[in-house]
Amino acid sequence: MKNYISKLNKAFENRLRLGIMSILVVNDWVEFNTLKETLEATDGNLASHLNSLEKLKLIEIRKQFVGKKPNTSYRVTEEGKGAFAEHITALEQLIQQQIKN
Amino acid sequence: MHPPKDIHQEISEIRSLMERSSRFISLSGLSGIFAGIFALGGAAIAYLLLKKEYGSASLYQDQNISPDLIQWLLLDALGIIVLAVATGIYFTTRNAKKKGLKTWDHTTKRVLSNLLLPLATGGLFCLILIFQQFIVLVAPATLIFYGLALINASKYTLSDIRYLGIIEISLGLLASFFLGYGLLFWSIGFGLMHILYGTIMYFKYEK
Repeated sequence: MKNYISKLNKAFENRLRLGIMSILVVNDWVEFNTLKETLEATDGNLASHLNSLEKLKLIEIRKQFVGKKPNTSYRVTEEGKGAFAEHITALEQLIQQQIKN
Repeated sequence: MHPPKDIHQEISEIRSLMERSSRFISLSGLSGIFAGIFALGGAAIAYLLLKKEYGSASLYQDQNISPDLIQWLLLDALGIIVLAVATGIYFTTRNAKKKGLKTWDHTTKRVLSNLLLPLATGGLFCLILIFQQFIVLVAPATLIFYGLALINASKYTLSDIRYLGIIEISLGLLASFFLGYGLLFWSIGFGLMHILYGTIMYFKYEK
């Protein structure tokens, strides 16, 4: 049991972070507002989790200007994709184990 | 680190987020059923118009069709499109509300732009066919381009749409081979197939 739990990625322990990753792995460049609406998160909370994911190099940020408005989009990195896949695999294995016990 | 309290819930949340953010899932089967009914009604009107003029509803390659009749047929087609789109928007908005989703978000824009590009190309191509007097190829061309548009859009909405697209293309190719039976193939493709598909989708996703 312990083995699988250790494979769960600490970076995704937070629900919001897991949500961000779930959206980014199936989309290319997602805008801040789209993330906010889909996850029903507040600006500050979402921004701080996005920053920590970027610091871990799991996602990358692109800043553009649409007219005079700044527009920030996010995309998952290769590293992030791998980490997310490993996390999901660990979750699956935990379920398998729960069924066995 | 401790395991999440409810892994099943966590997994289903992940799945729902992936689906909601990448695909337009509010498309209602009812809009398909109504589009099919309108198409059959419109095809019946076209049949009557053609029969009145020629005594039969099949067109032939060397036939000259009066501009007047073409005008009425175009008006008929326009009527079908307006009614089908209007009911489509109504039922899809209703379905989105029921699922607690937004009707107009980035998935809607993506599915529409992928649908409309091949569809508008097909529409222009059909107008050119009429202008160049290849009237007999218009019905097959609408089926083929509609099928291609569906296949293109299916990546961003319910994936079942892809098979409907393949059926429409096959019907369009058959119709361009058996020239003169355009209206029949058109009624099958836009009428019967929409009703059939709409019903399947309604029971699969909305019941």
